[in-house]
Amino acid sequence: MSLVKYNDRSIRNLTTAPAAAASSPGALVHIKTLTASSDGTLSFVNGSDSVVLDNTYSVYKFQFINMHPASNGVDFSVGFRDGGSAYDATKTTVSFYAHHRENDETPALTYSAGTDLAQSTAFEQLGADTGNDNDQCHNGEMYLFNPSSTTFVKHFLSVGNSNHADDYMQNHYHSGYCNVTAAIDAVQFKFSSGDIDAGTIKMYGIKES
Amino acid sequence: MTLPTSGLITINDRGARAATTFGSVSADGGNMVFIKKLTASSSGTLDFVNGTSDVVLDSTYKEYMFTFSSMHPATDGAHFQVGFRDGSTDYDATKTSSFWRGQHEESGSTSKIGYDTDFHLTQSTSFQTIIGSESADNDQASSGYLHLFDPASTTFVKHYIAVVSNSNLNDYARVGYTAGYCNVTAAIDAVQFKMSSGDIDAGTISLYGIL
Repeated sequence: MSLVKYNDRSIRNLTTAPAAAASSPGALVHIKTLTASSDGTLSFVNGSDSVVLDNTYSVYKFQFINMHPASNGVDFSVGFRDGGSAYDATKTTVSFYAHHRENDETPALTYSAGTDLAQSTAFEQLGADTGNDNDQCHNGEMYLFNPSSTTFVKHFLSVGNSNHADDYMQNHYHSGYCNVTAAIDAVQFKFSSGDIDAGTIKMYGIKES
Repeated sequence: MTLPTSGLITINDRGARAATTFGSVSADGGNMVFIKKLTASSSGTLDFVNGTSDVVLDSTYKEYMFTFSSMHPATDGAHFQVGFRDGSTDYDATKTSSFWRGQHEESGSTSKIGYDTDFHLTQSTSFQTIIGSESADNDQASSGYLHLFDPASTTFVKHYIAVVSNSNLNDYARVGYTAGYCNVTAAIDAVQFKMSSGDIDAGTISLYGIL
């Protein structure tokens, strides 16, 4: 058998991922990226547009990157679909945030009684009062656990950071559960008013979770 | 045959991309590497022991992550807990930690965040509660994650951070934030999860190494 020696140029010029590498892409598996362009909502629906949101994974992760609202002072929010076409799964949630103004005033950690939910079908805020200045936005992440279970409630954990419309940072912590035993098969993100002007949401499944 | 010792020998990309193995190069392209999944079924404990049942918990990774999915206790009011092994067979590494939580009742009547001295530890060998007062109702459970940093170090203490959400015994949403360290320089080579009383009726815990 003849021998072939490779140098690093041979490898770095590859244009297609080798099968051996692609077959095991790590435990954080990219499922879908949605990029907003003056969109009312961004929706991840199991079985649509290559989205997987079922028992393939037990833990899903969403990343929010530079979510920029069209309207000033609006709330980045999430809803979960537990049947039908509405994103109205009943939720009980916990909401609090730390904030600090750009002028150094009033740093605090506060429970946010106005943005939590008690057995409500409303969307859950993940951010609040985000400004629509050109450079303002919301970033963060959210984990969703065991959405396909028909036995247990469905927990979620979110942390995010946003620019308040009045020029201060808000570090948001939102968690809770969809108090339903029906499977969650779709997740929708939107602002409380107006479009998502720009921004990217990435969805991942965590293998073997 | 004389092998060339210098110069450029090129191959086309079809040749390389058709490879099925890459010698010692890891095929894991992500930053999270799955190690082990344990599923409870009326289990007293779920243990991740380095070198046992394909578990890796050593210097291979500087950070490990555990995910908890729908952990359901057999006993109402039990606390979900973790212990760390720093030698011998006991999960009794000395720990100092903080615990705080937010909660909101399904009735909407009360909501708050606050530090919880019930679940922090002060140089204690006890198990660390990472969420308290679980409900054994059929549909209630807890989910979340725990990061463990550099468990193989024999120089530094071993830090951990956990965030867990549950549907509480008294029907409210609770989220617990736990952080602390095993105040030992011995390596942590195993991690055990359990309920403070009774079995783990159901639920899955998965272990990942972070590249």
